[in-house]
Formats: sequence, C-alpha cells, structure tokens
Amino acid sequence: MIYTIVGMIFIIIGLIFDFIGCLGLLRLPDVYNRLHASIKCVTLGTSSILFGLFLYKGFSPTGIKALLCILFLVLTAPVSAHVLARSAHKSGVKLCDESVCDKYQEDKDALS
Amino acid sequence: MIKNRIVLFALSFLLWLTLSWSFRAEDLMIAFFVSILVAWLTADIFPGKVGIFRKPERYLWIIYYIPLFAWECLKANLDGAYRILHPDVPLRPGIVKVNTTLKSDTGITFLANTLTLMPGTMTVDVDRDRGVLYVHWVDVKSCDVEKATEEIVLKFELVLKRIFE
Repeated sequence: MIYTIVGMIFIIIGLIFDFIGCLGLLRLPDVYNRLHASIKCVTLGTSSILFGLFLYKGFSPTGIKALLCILFLVLTAPVSAHVLARSAHKSGVKLCDESVCDKYQEDKDALS
Repeated sequence: MIKNRIVLFALSFLLWLTLSWSFRAEDLMIAFFVSILVAWLTADIFPGKVGIFRKPERYLWIIYYIPLFAWECLKANLDGAYRILHPDVPLRPGIVKVNTTLKSDTGITFLANTLTLMPGTMTVDVDRDRGVLYVHWVDVKSCDVEKATEEIVLKFELVLKRIFE
C-alpha cells in the first residue's frame, strides 16, 4: 500500500520534470540550450517514472526491467546529447546572440 | 584474450538473468548458451583490461560516486527548471575549454557523460590526445581554461581517476 503511494508520487514528479523539459524546448533560444533542457530534465523525469514503476511493481520481472532501463538511460542519453551538439556545431549552427565565448570555434579556426 | 571472454560471459549471463528474472532450469540453459554466443562474437570489440575488476577499492569509490552523481543530477534539474520557468530566461551561454588528466577511454567517456548530466554543462567535443574537453556551459563564470577546469571538472575527475585508472 505505502509502496503504491510512494510510487505514484515518484511518477508524478517525473511527469512534472518531463513537462518542464518539453517547455524548455520551446522557451530557450538555440539548439545547444535546448539540448540542455531536454537531456537533463527528461533523463531525470523518465528515471523517476521508471523508479516509481519499480516501487509499484516490486521485485517482479516488470520492476527489475524498469531498474535496468534507468541504468541504460543514464548511460546512453548523454551520448546522444553529445553527438547532436557536436554534429550541430560541425554543420555550422551558430550559438545564440547572448553567448559569451566559443573556444571550440576559435580552436577550429586556429587549426585550419 | 580468454580472460576477457570469461568476464564478458559472466556479465552477459547476469544481465540476461536480471532481464528475464526467472530461474527455472530451461531459462538458465538459454542464458548460458546465449551468453557463450555473445562472448564468442563480441570479445574483440571490448578489448578492456580485465585486471581492473580485481581491485576492491574501486568498488568502494563507485559506491561513493553514485550518491554524489545522483545529488548533482538532482541539482542540475532544479537549476534547469529554474532557468526555464523564470520569466526572463536567465542565460549566459558559451563553449569553454577544460583540461582533463584522465587517460583511459572508459574514464574520459564517463567524465564526458557525467559532465553532460551536471548543472549547466554539456560536452560538445573531446580531444583525447591533448586531454581537452569542449563544454557548453549555460552560465559561464569564466572563459579562462584554468578557472573553468576548476569549476567544472575537478570534483569528478578525482573520483573517476580512482575508479578507472
């Protein structure tokens, strides 16, 4: 009983973070900042939903699979963010106007 | 290379058992044969050093690392939520350059992944030969290489160094 309630609370927290992440996609200015919003909030939000599912189901096949999904999500989501940011920069997407510095571009110009 | 295969076999056997989570004899047999197949086919792709599994202090540092990581991850999310929900969207973005002293592939991978999930930072590119990471930072405190390294990397580098090297 108590596990069901705590699991539900975790799922609601996860949904809130996922919603904030999606809102960040609309509100933030350029592709890099949007990646920040989507990767951080969505990783924790989805992990929280899966953890709530684990508490709800206990040590059953579903619950254990949810725990393993957290592990794989935390290991692979940052890699996708890194690849998206890198390919965006390589194909010439500019940083937004408020940006302070861009050492990556400076080093690329210095090397070429 | 035989040690490599045995470790890979044990890991995939455990992973299969946790995924299926049933321990009847026929499930164990399927797990056994599938893990042998996986270990035989993919051992060349994972050429890591196996001796790394043998030192017990690494596991202690992993136990220390997980709560640290979870706490910073939670802070990152609250920080990101604050920036998104604030009416003015307070940002000071930029790509800074930081140094790292980690050498091994696994260590650098974990450092880059950790930085991506930390408050306000995201790894854009890695140059392994020079030991340099390019990090997109939402709230740039200093464009200088040394200061940025101090602010971003040092906290995790020490722990990761003890785990992976």
